[in-house]
Amino acid sequence: MPTMNMIQALNSAMDVMLGRDPTVVIFGEDVGYFGGVFRATDGLQKTHGKTRCFDSPISEGGIVGAAIGMGVYGLRPVVEIQFADYIYPAIDQLVSTAARLRYRSAGEYWSPITVRSPYGGGIFGGQTHSQSPESLFTHVVGLKVVIPSTPYDAKGLLITSIEDDDPVIFLEPKRLYSGPFSGQTEGGVKQWSNHPASEVPEDYFRIPLEKASVVREGGDVTVLVYGTMVHVALAAAADSGVDAEVVDLRTLVPLDIETIENSVNKTGRCIIVHEATRTSGFGAELSAVVQERCFFKLETRIRRVTGWDTPYPHAFEWQYFPGPERVAAAMLEIMET
Amino acid sequence: MPTPAKRTGKSVSASVSTDAKRRNSVPLYLKVPEPPARPGESPDFSHLALSEAGAVRRPDTDVPAGEMRDLPYLLVRVLDDEGVACGPWSPNINPDVLRTGLRAMMLTRHFDDRMLRAQRQGKSTFYMQSTGEEAVAVASALALDAEDMFFPTYRQQGLYIARNYPLIDMMNQIYSNANDPLMGRQMPIMYSARTHNIFSLAGNLALHLNQAVGWAMASALSGDTKISAGWIGDGATAEGDFHAALVFAAVYHAPVIINIVNNQWAISSYQGIAGGDEAPFAARGIGYGLPALRVDGNDFLAVYAATQWAAERARANLGATLIELFTYRAEGHSTSDDPSRYRPSEEGPKWPLGDPIERLKTHLTKIGEWSDAQHGALNDELVKTVRDTQRQAEAIGTHGTGAGPSPKTMFDDVYKEPDWRMLRQRQEAGF
Repeated sequence: MPTMNMIQALNSAMDVMLGRDPTVVIFGEDVGYFGGVFRATDGLQKTHGKTRCFDSPISEGGIVGAAIGMGVYGLRPVVEIQFADYIYPAIDQLVSTAARLRYRSAGEYWSPITVRSPYGGGIFGGQTHSQSPESLFTHVVGLKVVIPSTPYDAKGLLITSIEDDDPVIFLEPKRLYSGPFSGQTEGGVKQWSNHPASEVPEDYFRIPLEKASVVREGGDVTVLVYGTMVHVALAAAADSGVDAEVVDLRTLVPLDIETIENSVNKTGRCIIVHEATRTSGFGAELSAVVQERCFFKLETRIRRVTGWDTPYPHAFEWQYFPGPERVAAAMLEIMET
Repeated sequence: MPTPAKRTGKSVSASVSTDAKRRNSVPLYLKVPEPPARPGESPDFSHLALSEAGAVRRPDTDVPAGEMRDLPYLLVRVLDDEGVACGPWSPNINPDVLRTGLRAMMLTRHFDDRMLRAQRQGKSTFYMQSTGEEAVAVASALALDAEDMFFPTYRQQGLYIARNYPLIDMMNQIYSNANDPLMGRQMPIMYSARTHNIFSLAGNLALHLNQAVGWAMASALSGDTKISAGWIGDGATAEGDFHAALVFAAVYHAPVIINIVNNQWAISSYQGIAGGDEAPFAARGIGYGLPALRVDGNDFLAVYAATQWAAERARANLGATLIELFTYRAEGHSTSDDPSRYRPSEEGPKWPLGDPIERLKTHLTKIGEWSDAQHGALNDELVKTVRDTQRQAEAIGTHGTGAGPSPKTMFDDVYKEPDWRMLRQRQEAGF
């Protein structure tokens, strides 16, 4: 089986889908001839032709609006928003049409678009190339929100998202594109090649949405994570010696509530980690759901380890980023209660 | 004034120039546009740039956009004041099509009248009339193929009627009754008519224009033959999505017709608030390299001819056309509006481009294809049609009478399949 980093896995997913399904069409800023600023669509235009993968004007609202229209026509558009920080001009299209079209037309119309966008920090992108806006989308009924954490998951989840008949926001943790970053900034950059999830089938395969993955079984505390924080939590578990059960949600909407419930009921403790700012972050929803369903099994209050409630500061990236030290400290602290 | 440089320790005031030569000699002032007349004043149409019927040239449909930049500043008109079709835009239409158009426009107006009254009687929550703007929708619809896709805004009920969408379904939707095709989910008039190739309506403005362009792009990249058409009001052209739609339409030569319905009023804001006093809305096409026409929207023949011209270009892979349909919103924005508070009440009746129904009737009569007797008979027939349909719809139910769709259906269609949240919450709600 070939070894892929996350970019190669995403590229492979789109390549496979362009080959399998003539209704799949890919566009976005710089994605055509050049192959995208992160190279996710590299070579796709050459292989599949200019009308299957092409450049768009710098207009996120225009990109998503056109994609919705194409979806209504009967295509399966996959669009790239170059950074999630730039998705805001498309919010109206996503919230007011993509999310509600099936509902408002009583099932007459729908638009099966996939909106890919690199998100999150760790690349010194400052406040305009580091944001984690996932909870803006989880709050909107009608959208699905998918966040992979490995090359294998990225490919399988992207294929499923493209084939899904509902609109999917597919957020790619950009710091994970080249390696399984765990927040440890010293000791060189890790590559995907030594990681088991870098073994990715070349052909078509799907990973169902609404299925979390227990990436580390443990009995002490449940850690709910997604994206880059999966690797941070694993490092924190190793560093702290706490027997943490690390649950990679993979899909925030629809949420695999069963896996979460089972895990927290087993461990009796819950830590939620995300890179996004804390207030009204997805952790708030997770915390509420866990409390509603596992209240009598909880030994102690739920902890959140998150990005601070500030914009993402350029020069203080590692003070902002909820790295393994903060997560390990939370693990040790929760075990004392 | 706050001191922005407090943390750097630098003084800001020291760097401010005091060079008098760089200052303006007169105080600046902000222009806030005002319409020519307000309530109590006489309507003033002296500012309108109107061409004579038949006076505007008609370029061949394969002429490049750059060779027709004069057209957005003129007004394509076919029917003169006597109802005679004049000039190069005069379309060669079979009188049967004209009669079909007249019928659809009259039916639209009767439908509007009855549905307005039903709202006033408390049978529905809301209504929007299209009085005076019937040609904008009906002539466009008849000039295009049934397979072409429409992305209207909320005042083109004439499209549904011209395409023979069942009146009863429109009424059922307005009444949110048990047969409401949209199951009580949308406020009145926000129709969806997939069977008739008309897109789902929404109150968010301008978004659908990008979608119309995307649909046309999809048709082109699929090697299809269908085109799309979108409608947007003058007010909503100020939205960024309008700009994005024009950029995409121009860049990809999308086979789409973009119609701006300039009915002079966006609720209480006259068209100058959207920029219409600075340049005609059609002129916005020039900057994008799009061919653009400004057309008398109350002239059935002119709207038909312009639409046909734009469609011919689109079907020949010559891309999109921007059409400003110059008309007048004769009634309020909606049943929640009172136009007497912001414009002279005589403005509508004195609109210099007349009434689209009267003008087409005069023309048909002039060419010997219509008579007062026929008109009267048709009118009676349509009144009866609308009244009978209304009785049927009201027998099914009106808003708030309890004869609506089951509330448990409100959890359907959020996604293709409900997830645990919808299922659990449906249970929680007691359904």
